[in-house]
This record gives sequence, structure tokens and C-alpha cells, in this order.
Amino acid sequence: MDFGAIAGGTLLGVGALLLVVGGIGINRFPHFYSRLHAAGVIDTLAAALVLAGLAPVFGWTLGTLKLAMILVFLLFTSPTACHALARSAHLSGLREPRAPQEPPPSQS
Amino acid sequence: MLLAAGVAILVAMGLALLRTLLGPTIWDRILAVNSFGTKTVLLIALLGALAGRTDYLDVALLYALINFIGTVALMKYVETAPPEGAAGERS
Repeated sequence: MDFGAIAGGTLLGVGALLLVVGGIGINRFPHFYSRLHAAGVIDTLAAALVLAGLAPVFGWTLGTLKLAMILVFLLFTSPTACHALARSAHLSGLREPRAPQEPPPSQS
Repeated sequence: MLLAAGVAILVAMGLALLRTLLGPTIWDRILAVNSFGTKTVLLIALLGALAGRTDYLDVALLYALINFIGTVALMKYVETAPPEGAAGERS
């Protein structure tokens, strides 16, 4: 049991815990925008921890480079997808349940 | 630890699938499908680590690409759609 195996196992364990927590959050949060927050935990932190935890399995080979490429790609695309999703929902008129209503357009 | 992480990923995928089936609005479903795709990428990478082969990681990278493009395409499709089931979501 060397240092790499211990570090990789710890990262994998924390990442798996965050995955399950994010899954529970997606199901338990009350409305769409808070579910988006729970999904953000999965997309950034849990994915980064799991992919980093897999790196000691491959060692200093091409596999770790590919893992790093997957990680960089996920870290670029996941916030973009989240932003596009929230923008699409907002532009289409979805509001949080308790948000103050926008004033009606004034009659000029 | 690899097997435990795989089981956790499968459980999280089941939870995301539940939100896909239950989601009151179309955006909830797209969010859950996007999250499901991210977990699929992680699962494929973990299978590659279990098998000790780096070929799986190419598949995982390609899957991440397709997942992102599919999500953005779906978003452009529903962007001007009227909110389905918005009566319960709006105050």
C-alpha cells in the first residue's frame, strides 16, 4: 500500500460520496434552479475528484494524460451547459416559486 | 475502492434517472440527462481503470463531447417553447 494508492482511494471515496449527495440533491430540492445547484456539485467537484482518483491506477503513462484531457474538457463544458440551461429556462419564463413578480409593463 | 466507487456511480445514475422520469418541467429532464451523461463518462473511465486499458478513456472523452453537443442542441430546441407545467413552478 503505497502513497499513490492511498491518495487515489481517498479521492475516489470523497468523489463517490459527492456523487450520491448530488443525486439526492437533484431529487430533493424544491425547484429547478436549486436542482441546478445540486447538479453543479456533480459536474465539477465530484467528476474532478473521481477522475483524479483514477490517475494513480494508470501511473505516469498516457492514461493519466487522457484522464487530464477528460477533466479539462468536463471543466470547460459543464458550466457552459449549466449556464445555457439556466438561460434557456429563464428566457422561456420559468421563475422560482417565491421570487417577486416583475411589475407589469406600464401603460404609456 | 474502485468497485465501491462504481456502485456509487450506478446509484447516482439511478437517482438522476428518477428525476428524468419525475421532472415537472422539460429543463429538469434535460438537467438530469446531462448529469446522467457526466456520470456515464465517469463510469466508462472507471471501467477502463478496472480493465487496466487506456482505450476506454478515448471512449469516455468522445462521450463527453457528444453529451455536451446534445445538451446544447436540446437547449436551442426548447429555448422559445412555452414552459410546460409552469403553473406549479410560477408563484
